[in-house]
Amino acid sequence: MDWLLALLQTALFVFGAPLLLGWIKRLKALSQNRQPAPVWQPYRDLRRLFHKEVVIAHHASWLFRITPYIVFGAVVLVASVVPLLVTSLPTAAIADVIVLVGFFALGRFFLALAGMDIGTAFGGMGASREMTIASMAEPAMLMAVFTLAMTASTTNLSTAMLTILHEGLVLRPSFIFAALGLMMVAVAETGRIPVDNPATHLELTMVHEAMILEYSGRYLALIEWAAQIKLMVYGVLVLNLFFPWGIATETTTNALLIGSVVILAKLMLLALILVVSETVVAKMRLFRIPQYLSFAFLLCLLGALSHVILEAGYII
Amino acid sequence: MNRFDWLSELLARFQDEHILLYKGSAVVLAPAHTLNVDSEDWASCAAQTKKYRCRFSALWAQQLDDELQLNACYEKQGDYLVLRTKIPLDKPLIHSITPHYANADRPERHCHDMFGIEFKKQPDNRRWSRHKAWQANQYPLRKDFPVAGFNTGLTPPDNDYPFLSVQGSGVYEIPVGPVHAGIIEPGHFRFQAVGEMVLNLEQHLGYVHKGIEKIAEGRDAHRVVKLAARVSGDSCVSHAWASCLAMEKAALCQVPPRAVWLRALMAERERVANHLGDIGAIANDVAFGFFFYQFGRLRETWQRLSQALFGHRLMMDCLVLGGVTQDINQQQIDEILRQIKMLRKEWRELKTVFNENTSLEDRLETTGILSPDYAQRLGCVGYVGRASGQDFDVRRDLAYAPYNKLQVKSPCYNRGDVAARTLVRLNEIQSSLDLIEQICQNLPTGEIQTPWQTPKAGAEGLGFIDGWRGEIVVYVRFAEDNKIDRFFPRDPSWLTWPALEHLIRGNIVPDFPVCNKSVNGSYSGHDL
Repeated sequence: MDWLLALLQTALFVFGAPLLLGWIKRLKALSQNRQPAPVWQPYRDLRRLFHKEVVIAHHASWLFRITPYIVFGAVVLVASVVPLLVTSLPTAAIADVIVLVGFFALGRFFLALAGMDIGTAFGGMGASREMTIASMAEPAMLMAVFTLAMTASTTNLSTAMLTILHEGLVLRPSFIFAALGLMMVAVAETGRIPVDNPATHLELTMVHEAMILEYSGRYLALIEWAAQIKLMVYGVLVLNLFFPWGIATETTTNALLIGSVVILAKLMLLALILVVSETVVAKMRLFRIPQYLSFAFLLCLLGALSHVILEAGYII
Repeated sequence: MNRFDWLSELLARFQDEHILLYKGSAVVLAPAHTLNVDSEDWASCAAQTKKYRCRFSALWAQQLDDELQLNACYEKQGDYLVLRTKIPLDKPLIHSITPHYANADRPERHCHDMFGIEFKKQPDNRRWSRHKAWQANQYPLRKDFPVAGFNTGLTPPDNDYPFLSVQGSGVYEIPVGPVHAGIIEPGHFRFQAVGEMVLNLEQHLGYVHKGIEKIAEGRDAHRVVKLAARVSGDSCVSHAWASCLAMEKAALCQVPPRAVWLRALMAERERVANHLGDIGAIANDVAFGFFFYQFGRLRETWQRLSQALFGHRLMMDCLVLGGVTQDINQQQIDEILRQIKMLRKEWRELKTVFNENTSLEDRLETTGILSPDYAQRLGCVGYVGRASGQDFDVRRDLAYAPYNKLQVKSPCYNRGDVAARTLVRLNEIQSSLDLIEQICQNLPTGEIQTPWQTPKAGAEGLGFIDGWRGEIVVYVRFAEDNKIDRFFPRDPSWLTWPALEHLIRGNIVPDFPVCNKSVNGSYSGHDL
């Protein structure tokens, strides 16, 4: 039963992610006085891409062909260990949050290699930028995770959520810092404004998009889909780690129903926050991104420190 | 200050340098003053005008029987001076003026590719306008080159242009274009960069060469005005106006005042529309979508009224020789004024956002700085020049009709960054709205067209207009039967494209699009 639920959850991640993006795009269009496309537009786009012919450069190696599958596979694996509706995930026992960060790194590593594989200037440029960002985003992310792990005394996501649920609403300074830090990292990792602009056509300004410029057809579809799942994973991580209330702790129909309604509402709200913040700021200059990410790292570090100083006392 | 009060001093300086001056004229190319010089003195004249702080404006050549006539147009305090010289067709050799005027480089290379004029001591002797559509020993603008060209089938790709190369560890090249993402025109940019820093940018333009100068030859003047409106699609009115002006000067045609004022109304509407679009596009390049859509919306409503008033969103072909095609009535004037009132309100709100949004400020300020010194050396005009301390506006400084009766306020800044170029546009919108209001309130009554009289063969004219990008110069020479013998439209982009190469140096690669957009040179207007 648990395994079935785990499968179901992963499927929800994989097939629901385009819907989240569609919702974000819809809100964005509305905020800009534009007529929005239907929320299922990303599904149409994916279907269109899957039906398109794949065009590949003559000197592309096997690396270029295999990367979309690795990226997509890694993201699906990540999605399978993040509790979406219910905390009791058997997969969460197999892979903890450090593995999660590792999976993301794996996907990114191959994407960067594929970006350089073709040998165009844009691919290399995108890869170098992505790695610059990653080298600062990953430590910040790990630091946020450690803050949480120290409180919950575990790196297992399900257990961590249960601990937080169990303790009830306690105002923890460490969590506020870590949540802010993680949100900033999430923005950078998912390539949203102000770090990257997913809607741009200007190759010279791209980060993530520059690496995948040479992809087309089903390869592009897989990469785009992976990016959508990644966006949803980060959203759910932020929501369920720091605001887990509503998530099902037992596998009854009622609890699951409540769980799905609550996470849907939470994601819709998070999307609204994302859209508002993207509307009021322009994209940062590329060399501000390290400052931005150092700030995120600092917040997460403060979270860890404030845990040690303010909260850890009673345990000892 | 009187018109041309500096000319006598310049002439004295010429004489000190033993430059032989032939009989000049103040009427042939009025409002410019024409001077004929020997070809040996060509470069020393340029040295003198440079010393005397005249700005280089335009360079063009034409074939007169078995001679080539070379013209250089200089400007000082709103007065224009045209220097002319003749060189034999079989031995077209002359000293380059590029050592004195850096921005004469591309015009000279264009003249070389089109006429086969060899410029001695020209620091850059690579081809410019010629790609692969004709051979190195063929010169399209000479009279023996057929208008239809030599049909050679598919033009081969131009892939061996000798770009400047930079060497060093970690230096890499980024080729961008000629085909770009989005709906912009083609042009190639070659970057040399270290990490994200741009060491050098080199442009390679000419991909939209349409042979405008050649196909104008032998065409009826009325059709050349239509052609002029298509030199650069976003400057329909200004280019058509400048061409009409040149031809009307040649034909000594007096345009009725109402038509002149209506032309100015259209030109200002064109300016507002393009500035609205540009500001939005600049913001979009730093992913500030809010501005993009707001300004896009304003531009759209603005152009819809243009369509309602003049029958075309870009007001294409509304200007004809001797006047304009469309008149407006009082009801339409009220509509224009009502729209201006609405636009002013929105403008104020958006200006506040522009001034107060720190993330926008962070991206635009200190990005792509063109120092006033460089702007002066490159002779930049329009908003690019005015953002870098080059306080020149043809409307105000030459004061051609109807601007001699209007109050032209021209914003000017010294910072020279993207923010300054955006601010010039924002404030120019404001001053254009003022102008439109003045025009609407003082529109003279009367005819809007006067019958066109064919000028005699050999009649020439020069037209100067301040288009929305800056100074447009058009030279026209008539042949028999109302046909055009030579048509040369100089888009302001000739003077602003080189500025982009300078202002991008030391900036980071991802800031290029916004720098480019802030200059927004016309590919079509430049490539001809």
